[in-house]
Amino acid sequence: MSGTFVGMPSFPVAAGVAVTDERLRGNLRRATHTIRDKRAVAVGELADWGALREAGKEIKDRTLRGLDGYLVELEAAVTAAGGVVHWASDADEANRIVVDLVRATGEREVVKVKSMATQEIGLNEALEAAGIAAFETDLAELIVQLGEDRPSHILVPAIHRNREEIREIFVRTMSEWGRPAPEGLTDSPAELAEAARVHLREKFLRAKVGISGANFMVAETGTLVVVESEGNGRMCLTLPETLISVVGIEKVVPSWRDLEVFLQTLPRSSTAERMNPYTSMWTGVTDGDGPEAFHLVLLDNGRTATLGDEVGRQALRCIRCSACLNVCPVYERAGGHAYGSVYPGPIGAILSPQLRGIRSEVDASLPFASSLCGACYEVCPVAIDIPEVLVHLRERVVEQGGKGHRLEKAAMKAAGWVLNHPGALGAGERLASKTRKGHPKKLPGPGGRQWGQSRDLPQLPAEPFRDWWKKNRA
Amino acid sequence: MTSRDRILTRVRTALAGAPQAPEISRDYLSTHTADDPAIVLDLLHENLADYRAIVHRTRADGLPGLLARLLDERGSRTVLAPAGLPPQWLAGATGVRKVEDTPTATAQELDAVDSVVTGCAVAIAETGTIVLDGGADQGRRRITLIPDHHICVVRAPEQVVASVPQALPRLDPGRPSTWISGPSATSDIELDRVEGVHGPRTLEVVLVES
Repeated sequence: MSGTFVGMPSFPVAAGVAVTDERLRGNLRRATHTIRDKRAVAVGELADWGALREAGKEIKDRTLRGLDGYLVELEAAVTAAGGVVHWASDADEANRIVVDLVRATGEREVVKVKSMATQEIGLNEALEAAGIAAFETDLAELIVQLGEDRPSHILVPAIHRNREEIREIFVRTMSEWGRPAPEGLTDSPAELAEAARVHLREKFLRAKVGISGANFMVAETGTLVVVESEGNGRMCLTLPETLISVVGIEKVVPSWRDLEVFLQTLPRSSTAERMNPYTSMWTGVTDGDGPEAFHLVLLDNGRTATLGDEVGRQALRCIRCSACLNVCPVYERAGGHAYGSVYPGPIGAILSPQLRGIRSEVDASLPFASSLCGACYEVCPVAIDIPEVLVHLRERVVEQGGKGHRLEKAAMKAAGWVLNHPGALGAGERLASKTRKGHPKKLPGPGGRQWGQSRDLPQLPAEPFRDWWKKNRA
Repeated sequence: MTSRDRILTRVRTALAGAPQAPEISRDYLSTHTADDPAIVLDLLHENLADYRAIVHRTRADGLPGLLARLLDERGSRTVLAPAGLPPQWLAGATGVRKVEDTPTATAQELDAVDSVVTGCAVAIAETGTIVLDGGADQGRRRITLIPDHHICVVRAPEQVVASVPQALPRLDPGRPSTWISGPSATSDIELDRVEGVHGPRTLEVVLVES
């Protein structure tokens, strides 16, 4: 995945730092609670939400089961409509294809619509290495790019920043990228948005190459769909002469009609709106309207490996709505950066280790970055059972071994014995209660310290519950 | 082996032995609204307004006068009209210079236009959405994107549907379409909604009842 995340510490280390950042926690708490409350209202308007969710799940499962056929059908439809389809096995190949396509136009700069796929492959860095400037045009992505920061949320990548921080970033850096921030810029959201409008407009109006992802691709018709709010997407999709879309192979849906499900569930789940302000749909190229050249880069980059995992493949149903992030108690406290991936939150905790494998420290830690409370599953509009996949991936991490996991196994074995011997359990509990004043707050010892890095030990009661019951109720 | 073959082979290997997927159960509703054109139109009005589009209603004979008044109140001196816009719509707007969208017109030239007036392909009441599909009275995608003021005329009841499932069969996937629900907006700064980032900052929708 993206080079920006190379060398990230494991989740418990990164989260341990993040939870002490009070400004971050405040920004996150306010934002996630606002959006989750609004989402509940938007979803509540549809009496058939459960049926839509089930249909969405089934459409995606059907897509995945027949993915080879749908991809070939999509390729034929896009080609027939005047587009050119490219296939990329991994990030390097996708970046190479895009760099070559941009070079062939002779241009040295591109405008970009916010896209998870291009973040995942580190396209901006690859373009930069090739001497091509890539301008992010989504307001939040712009804030992240200007601030030399990393995105922390799928939908609102700058959710960890408040208005004062955004103002500071604009004033400090806009001039390095183009039109400077206006004199006397305040931190009112309207003024900040206006500054972004003026800054980006000169880029849109001269851009010759646009780069996007897509929310959906319709196999039957070859139509691509981009769902957005600001109009930066429309600018990038319609004004340039060349349009390059980099899209994960799992984004295909079989039929035009299938859009009726996702155009109802996606906006309500993500931005809590009945419909997002702008949706663009295009099929190949259209004479006299929009780009003259359209290239579609179909991206694998670990998706086929994920598809091969019977339990884990359901992660590929994801439509990137981010509802699971906004309800997750772990995300709310740790923030998106702690996940060490462009996909944070519960979906990131199952998607990243599957796309990248579980060999690195950060990827092996991600399946454990959850309390397994199940809130993510409940809000998921395509019913991905995230807790099920987390537990499944934990199993794989444990099988792979490692010091911590051997110690945990030994501890569980000991606990199992004690729980099977009530006499020993009772004696142990009494002893523990009597000595409770002298207990450490953290688990001591090798392995224990590691385990306890992100966990405080619970306080013991003055006496065991069973003793209390005997005295007071028996 | 090409990457195409490699990916397709990987997909087939990954799925070997996977059970067939069940048929898709489409027992969700095709509409959430009573089958009454007046109710549907009122809902469209309400939801468009909820997304901060400015909504007007008129009869067909009142349309030229209304459009002239809206352009005048806005202070527009130039108005872009797609080639297929019925000429009588703008017959009352005498003080406004009409601009055509020619293939050679640059984005900068469009940026200097005060207002654009278009029709639409279909409007969706439950979501407060108008859909443009490049029809003769709607023009190319860029003309409703660059000018800061867009007036969209919706003919009721024939162009109004209740729901998304009712809208899709009316659209031709071969044509580029733009779905618009209120003016351009962002919620990227502390989730405060701000209208008008890159698209037109003012969207006026005229519902014309026949």
